[in-house]
Amino acid sequence: MGGGTTGASMVGDAVAPPASAATAVPAVALEQLSRTHKGRRGSADVLATDAVSLTVGSGEVFGLLGPNGAGKTTLVRQLVGVLRPDSGRVRLLGHDVTRDPSLAGRLVAYLAQEEPALVELPVGLAVETTGRLRGLSRTAARSARDALLEELGLTGIAGRPMTKLSGGQRRLAQVATALVGDRPLLVLDEPTTGLDPVARRAVWDALARRRATTTVVLVTHNVLEAETVLDRVAVLDAGRVIACDTPGRLKALVSDDVRLELVWRAEPPYDDPTVALLHARSTVNGRRWSARLPQAEAREALGRLTGGPAFAALDDFTLATPSLEDVYLALGGRNSDLDRG
Amino acid sequence: MPLAARPGPLAALSAVYAGQLSRAKAARGPLLFVATLQSVGILLLLRGVVDERSSLTAQQVVAGSSVLVVAFVALNLLAQRFGMLRGSGALDHYAALPVPPAAVVLGTAASYATFTLPGAVATAVFGCLLYGLPLTHLWVLVLVLPLAGASLAGLGALLGLLAPRPELATVAGQLGMSAVLFLGIIPAHRMPEALQILRALVPSTYAADALARSLGPHPDGGLLVRDLLICAAVAVVALTAASAAFRKAVRR
Repeated sequence: MGGGTTGASMVGDAVAPPASAATAVPAVALEQLSRTHKGRRGSADVLATDAVSLTVGSGEVFGLLGPNGAGKTTLVRQLVGVLRPDSGRVRLLGHDVTRDPSLAGRLVAYLAQEEPALVELPVGLAVETTGRLRGLSRTAARSARDALLEELGLTGIAGRPMTKLSGGQRRLAQVATALVGDRPLLVLDEPTTGLDPVARRAVWDALARRRATTTVVLVTHNVLEAETVLDRVAVLDAGRVIACDTPGRLKALVSDDVRLELVWRAEPPYDDPTVALLHARSTVNGRRWSARLPQAEAREALGRLTGGPAFAALDDFTLATPSLEDVYLALGGRNSDLDRG
Repeated sequence: MPLAARPGPLAALSAVYAGQLSRAKAARGPLLFVATLQSVGILLLLRGVVDERSSLTAQQVVAGSSVLVVAFVALNLLAQRFGMLRGSGALDHYAALPVPPAAVVLGTAASYATFTLPGAVATAVFGCLLYGLPLTHLWVLVLVLPLAGASLAGLGALLGLLAPRPELATVAGQLGMSAVLFLGIIPAHRMPEALQILRALVPSTYAADALARSLGPHPDGGLLVRDLLICAAVAVVALTAASAAFRKAVRR
């Protein structure tokens, strides 16, 4: 793991947002938030959120990255006031929503991972209804609906029930319900899951257009998304924030390393010393091996492989700079099912 | 940062109602058909059993069948609906919006109750014609059906929101509907005492009784008003309890 320069990025206490945002009231301030899920039928209780403290500056696009079960959804559900923390405090734009959860709906729009209650409604009506439930007049809700459907390319399917759409279109329609009513804080739980690259880009663009007025907290387990759209990212593992910084600075933690991926077309020659060494260092998934190695070591090993007899059994190889997934693993993250797509 | 506006209770209620009404539009035809067919079937079956001279029994059978249409949709289907919404986490969408729980429960309940109106009216008219009862006082339906709808929908929502699992919500809704069926259609004077006590505890009884009275030749206005007031009181209690259950279901 990286050296002394990384200490400032590690999280035990809250990490401050960038200096530009520090003067304003933070959009989100979590203080020592904890929540336990009661174990069912004799299984042990799970500490789903473990004393999490975070600050998200006004106007930031802030990400929560982690594998399934890391506690991302539990954390954001407490943030938007639909799940009560066992202890700790949530402040949104200066308002204490732990004391009064009913305030949250007037500050934040939440896109849940689950299908919403309005999923059987036609797309247009679901957006309009949600707008009205966020306090818009009927006229305002209708014009906001039309503008949003146009922006996200959904106008053609406005009259179709969400249940009749493909998974990607349905998710996009749900993003529209989150955007209606222009809340200053958006909390989006995996908004782009199931979206094709074009629709994913549409969502990122829509968020970018709202940058001046909106703070975004985005849950993702997509590394590419985290690296392209987030200003800062908190990496979660087992309910704890194990790192929190800009994607670039987090990646600097492991910048001395590279990732070597090998794909074998036949049984690899294990008696070759380089193959044996790489096998020991790799995560093996069938004929796919993946190892994080110091740059020099990786180059050397690849040279020996491509120049030696093992090359005949090698189908493909890639050498890549580390991703946030490597950061997650380097920080001690356990099972990684992060999506690299 | 100032708080954004939130909808007034009435605006929230009407938005939920309109949304739910449109949601059920697609399923409306088949559902109403099934609900009405069930009641009309009971009317036809019992026609051979009911004594020609017993107007009281005929009144009860017609009134009970009509209220059963309401129970099928408002109690049974709504319990299923809320059980499913709760189980799947779909209620988070409402929970994260600045709307009072009562608006969500009332709006949804009202939309389900609305669907029952045509079927319940059709059943009552068909029953009166089949059993030779006067149509003169059928206007009472205007009061009975909304009140029965409100109390049964409140109960349905309550069952759906309290049930720990969606399947249990379905079972509870169906048991509730069976109770309405048996206790509402069989005249009280033909029941053993234990069942009469149970009958007095089921809210639909008062709706069925009010309607049954109005189908007689000389309805007793005082008793009619009493039954309707009990119905209204049950509706208020059931909907209040359902709103509390909603709050508990979403803020865990």
